[in-house]
Amino acid sequence: MNAGIDTGDTAWMLIATALVLLMTPALGLFYAGLVRSKNTLNTFMMSIAAIAVATVTWAAVGYSLAFDGDGSLIGGLGNAFMQGVDFAPREGTTIPELVFFAFQATFCIITVALISGAVVERMRFGAFLVFAALWSVLVYAVLAHWAFGGGWLISGGTLDFAGGVPVEMASGFSALAAALVVGARKEWGRQALLPHNAVYVLLGAGLLWFGWFGFNGGSGFSTGEGSVLAFTNTLLCPAATLVVWFALDLIRGRKVTAIGAATAIIVGCVLITPAGGYISPGWAMLLGALGAVPSYGIIVWRTRTRVDETLDVLAAHGTAGFFGILFIGFFAQESWNGVSDGLLYGNVDQLVDQVLAALAAPAYAFTVTFVLLKVIGALMPLRATDREEAMGMDVVQHGEEAYVTGEGAILLLPDDVGRAPVVPVADPG
Amino acid sequence: MKLVIGIVRPEQANQVLEALHRAEVRGFSMSRVQGHGGEVERVETYRGTTVQMGLSEKVRFEVAVSDSFVDKAVGAICEGGRTGEVGDGKIFVLPLDHAVRIRTGDTDEGAVTPVAR
Repeated sequence: MNAGIDTGDTAWMLIATALVLLMTPALGLFYAGLVRSKNTLNTFMMSIAAIAVATVTWAAVGYSLAFDGDGSLIGGLGNAFMQGVDFAPREGTTIPELVFFAFQATFCIITVALISGAVVERMRFGAFLVFAALWSVLVYAVLAHWAFGGGWLISGGTLDFAGGVPVEMASGFSALAAALVVGARKEWGRQALLPHNAVYVLLGAGLLWFGWFGFNGGSGFSTGEGSVLAFTNTLLCPAATLVVWFALDLIRGRKVTAIGAATAIIVGCVLITPAGGYISPGWAMLLGALGAVPSYGIIVWRTRTRVDETLDVLAAHGTAGFFGILFIGFFAQESWNGVSDGLLYGNVDQLVDQVLAALAAPAYAFTVTFVLLKVIGALMPLRATDREEAMGMDVVQHGEEAYVTGEGAILLLPDDVGRAPVVPVADPG
Repeated sequence: MKLVIGIVRPEQANQVLEALHRAEVRGFSMSRVQGHGGEVERVETYRGTTVQMGLSEKVRFEVAVSDSFVDKAVGAICEGGRTGEVGDGKIFVLPLDHAVRIRTGDTDEGAVTPVAR
């Protein structure tokens, strides 16, 4: 055992890492339930693809750019290809850097997967893979450096416990840019495009909430007070969001909806993500209650616009992340977090630092994503043809269906496979 | 009176619904069916097992109309269902002997003509 390693902290962080990794398949399930049945697998696969691509880019350069050194804008390449990432404790923590690396990797993965919600049902899988690889480095690693890795936000005093900047605002505002560049689904605004399985949506949201205890509870990198506070706040805040969401649903439609409840769970978890270890349990419940309102409003408003930001990543993650980051500026309490007070406790500077983050992160994420997708779009088609979109992305992109019956399926023996007629619109990408 | 049966691609079903609506054909039923009509089959692979999908998902519209509406109904299904590729489907027009509206007991032409609400 290396000096400076704490066994209890390390044990918890190993578990927390696995919890956060589970969130990505859970997100895939949540998203898969929200799309039409012919796009189930493709939607789920975008999340699985994020695990594949973002892990590799993270090991190659992402981790190093985010966490090597304390440059103002970007980290160094000292840890590229995991050089020097070993059993020694990560600076400022009591856990091996290998565990720290893996924990942070799972954050990069889920953030990439989140953006897919904006482009499901029409973006080509190959183009998404290219986008995911580049975005994980150009946007995620940079913002993670700003907020976590010693960059200008964290060194300037901005508080972001578990990723309001690099995860929530980054994915939300990137999703808006992606929806604008990729464009709406062809039936958007003309036909009702409905979720095909609300049970997947609820189960996915439940598993996300479960994983979020590792996400927030692990972001203190220990079993210390900040982690414990964030852990319990991750229970309280989404519960308050759920209650308020029920009320908003009742006022607006006279019925409490299941998909609304699933959305509320996500919104509540996002709200507490930046603030988890910095505000008291009481303020966490207030945050959950108040923060429900802007996200609810954006969801209602967005469906009346021409922007097909399909699964409301902006409302659930961008808006709630923005709200949570600002909330810290008012309600942070040194007696609970041991770091800093907010405006309510007499510290105006904290609010200024939070406002800075709430402006810089969305601007950077939106701009870079917009330009990145324009560039990728110039090199390869971003979206499937109208005909392929009509057939469904599962058959076209993957050659599989989620709900195949097997009726009328003829087994092809290996000798026959090459001779079989291939569907003319098949698209390997 | 005729019974118009239109078998179309599922992805064109909404277009057919819109076209029928525009043609003021108000009464019909639709069901999901599986069939085969000479289109090139899809090949799918599941964990190394490669299969040729011999049956395609289709949507079957059944529309009972008075004689003056036959051409409108057929036209609407054609317009909504056509993509120009093999597999767009077929329309069959059958003679219809007798029809009854269950609520009122109206028969034949009266039963297949929508009532003003």
